[in-house]
Amino acid sequence: MSAPILEARRAATAPREVLARLRRALPASALLTAPEELKPYECDGLTLYRQPPLAVALPGDEDQVLAVLRICRATGTPVIARGAGTGLSGGATPRADAVLLVLSRLDRILHLDPQARSARVQPGVRNLAISEAAAPYGLTYAPDPSSQIACSIGGNIAENSGGVHCLKYGLTLHNLLRLRVATIEGEILELGSEALDAPGYDLVALLTGSEGLLGVVTEATLRLIPAAPCARVVLAAFDDLKRAGAAVAAVIAAGFIPAGLELMDRPAIAAVEPYAQAGYPLDAEAILLCELDGTAEALDEELARVEAVLRAAGARDCRVSRSDAERARLWAGRKAAFPAVGRLAPDYYCMDGTIPKKALAAVLGEIRAMEKKYGLACANVFHAGDGNLHPLILFDANRPEQVARAEAFGQEILQRCVAHGGSITGEHGVGIEKLDAMCAQFGADELELFHALKRAFDPYGLLNPGKAIPSLHRCAEFGRLHVHAGRLPHPELPRF
Amino acid sequence: MDAAAALAERVRQAAARAERLRILGQGSKDFYGGAPCGAPLQTAALRGIVAYEPAELVLVARAGTPLVEIEAALAAQGQMLAFEPPRFSGGGTLGGAVAAGLSGPRRAYAGAVRDFVLGAQLIDGRGRLLRFGGRVLKNVAGFDVSRLLVGSLGTLGVLTEVTLKVLPRPAQELTLCYALSQSEALERMHRLAAGPWPLSASAWLDGRLAVRLSGPPAALRAARRELGGEELACAARFWDELRDQRLEFFARAQRLWRVSLPPTAPPLPTEAATIVEWGGALRWVADPAEAADLRAQARRHGGHASLFRAPDKAEGVFAPLPPALAELHRRLKTVFDPAGIFNPGRLYPDF
Ligand SMILES: Cc1cc2nc3c(=O)[nH]c(=O)nc-3n(C[C@H](O)[C@H](O)[C@H](O)COP(=O)(O)OP(=O)(O)OC[C@H]3O[C@@H](n4cnc5c(N)ncnc54)[C@H](O)[C@@H]3O)c2cc1C
Repeated sequence: MSAPILEARRAATAPREVLARLRRALPASALLTAPEELKPYECDGLTLYRQPPLAVALPGDEDQVLAVLRICRATGTPVIARGAGTGLSGGATPRADAVLLVLSRLDRILHLDPQARSARVQPGVRNLAISEAAAPYGLTYAPDPSSQIACSIGGNIAENSGGVHCLKYGLTLHNLLRLRVATIEGEILELGSEALDAPGYDLVALLTGSEGLLGVVTEATLRLIPAAPCARVVLAAFDDLKRAGAAVAAVIAAGFIPAGLELMDRPAIAAVEPYAQAGYPLDAEAILLCELDGTAEALDEELARVEAVLRAAGARDCRVSRSDAERARLWAGRKAAFPAVGRLAPDYYCMDGTIPKKALAAVLGEIRAMEKKYGLACANVFHAGDGNLHPLILFDANRPEQVARAEAFGQEILQRCVAHGGSITGEHGVGIEKLDAMCAQFGADELELFHALKRAFDPYGLLNPGKAIPSLHRCAEFGRLHVHAGRLPHPELPRF
Repeated sequence: MDAAAALAERVRQAAARAERLRILGQGSKDFYGGAPCGAPLQTAALRGIVAYEPAELVLVARAGTPLVEIEAALAAQGQMLAFEPPRFSGGGTLGGAVAAGLSGPRRAYAGAVRDFVLGAQLIDGRGRLLRFGGRVLKNVAGFDVSRLLVGSLGTLGVLTEVTLKVLPRPAQELTLCYALSQSEALERMHRLAAGPWPLSASAWLDGRLAVRLSGPPAALRAARRELGGEELACAARFWDELRDQRLEFFARAQRLWRVSLPPTAPPLPTEAATIVEWGGALRWVADPAEAADLRAQARRHGGHASLFRAPDKAEGVFAPLPPALAELHRRLKTVFDPAGIFNPGRLYPDF
């Protein structure tokens, strides 16, 4: 069987000709080619890797998206979709021979139907803008990544993004009804429907989380839900991580599905408290934030029960928010975690892995040991309810050996996640960052099937090539090498 | 050799001879989709719960495990399959439930089968045993093949093991009934769904709307106070009979249509007996005089109609796909099953 290769393909047509065709197809304001114009697009949220693209296309409607794709298809030019560029795994990292197809100008909410509780939106709409538009009707769009003021719905779909509320309200996929997707051929596919299902294979499920490798989302219909009338949060402090981990399990085992269940460890608390003054106890080993929502009446009963469960599980201290202001303050610390940690070192590297909840204390213990091994500090914030770790590794990007150590540290955490039966990514995607880790997560047969799926949509390998699914060749190399931790985990960047 | 390896060997033999296989759990859904054909490939030997940890909300079971066995294990820990898969003739296996992709009354409020599938193992058409997804609640590594398999009616491969997200059973349930016409019922469903009520099912039939609420006692007390209506006795039995299609309506129907619509679509213009579920998003229509028209109506409203159960299925079971999508389906089928051996014709006649 021929080895499927998603790596770079030589453009069949000279770049000059590609640009000329793009100029004919797009208004002047929708095409950037000058180096200073390309600069802002040279990386996404994974800022370690930078590379300006051949050109940036900023289509203003679906027809222009299709025109760009047809030109790329006809000229054999790679094309990389980009929303807001907040992705943390390098999914939207450009290549020198590629057109970056930026969807940020497709930013209209086309229709909001309060009775059907749905919103039809263009891909460049910001996540938060949808909930803002829905708020007057008492509705909300549930998936709420921390980046929600900036990230686009197209990017959310491409990554199957989650948020603090996804344990109870689901990931992006669970709140999606229908997609319009542009293929590399420049055709439109309608997937899903405004009903709750559609005939044939569930291609909405396949496209969601496909990191721009299968098609470009040009429109989506999202499900909205009634905003909960009332929400309250319990802050529980623990003297030891094991107890905090056990408390997470105890809350779930007692039959609660909290609207949010977040954990922060001591270094994270220490970073956040002086910055956000959320009122977190600085001497705790870990804190849990457990939010319940519903009607005010039901919440009183429920909170009393959850508090009892937390105390029985060993919480030293529990505080229940009594007002929306107090609730907001308790959350402010968690929400400020990234910027707060950002003050502790010139740079931080945000990892994203998942583990079974029972492995929580063990993994955090392993991370403590890795801090010593790599000589770098790590603060942990954690979507504890669904086992999604976000270790924040502190380093200085101006010191290359620190970069190498930070990356090796991150990769070892991912290896541990896999070893504990978890995954190398819960919500940030694979991009270029986790290509090697994918070799630990999947075998050759699965990878080969992924490549075949990719070819079914994109026979020429032009849509975001080299991302998300490693080549079998790369995994063979990795398998020979990865036994020795400490090795630089990105021996080769995507071949520009 | 374990059961999955034995099946994989059988698949390899079949692929070499281009022999067609009909994947068979308990056969409880043989009536659904295109007529089954090919040599039976039994999943019965793939039986048992592999792992179940209530605090993780994760259950792993082999595909041939009876649904009733899984539901009993969950009930013992106060948990449930929130998508409420139908148990036709009281039976069904996990693999069959996932392959058919059918969800029950709770679907509109808790999610569909595919929303609860976290991982799957599959024997593809080359006889390879493949693993997708995982045993954790969040996992975006690789394409989401586990969820693509949901509803594929066994045309892409043999499921051997499935990992599901499970949920706690609600502390209490309450069903309220109202005498309403179909259009009044639809309107009431929309109004209730926009409110703070912990809805978990809705159904309109025989001029009555039944609404189930699930949650903590205080929430149900408030709902009981505010929402009026009459409390339905023996409600659990009613919802089970709806879920498993044991109501009189289903027994009488010769040609049963399943019409999936945006919830706000008006009542279908038919005189035929109808059940409305899922807050208006699902309509069951029994023996409509104007069947061809039903499919056109569904399409006009942005939905689709399938001929769910009938002695002959000349109209085709599932709504036809537009050409570009049909072509993509054929390509996907080839990726998984190049020799075209699995459940031919079960989803669409041409593959
Ligand atoms: C501070 C911070 C906090 C974050 N918090 C969270 C969090 O809580 N949860 C979470 O899940 N993520 C989080 N993220 C990650 C990131 O915001 C999400 O992955 C987000 O969905 C990316 O959206 P974007 O519009 O920025 O996409 P981009 O970064 O532009 O692109 C991401 C991927 O999507 C593809 N893509 C973009 N648009 C389309 C389209 N229309 N069609 C097809 N493919 C497309 C790109 O090719 C790329 O592969 C965070 C990031 C930051 C910087």
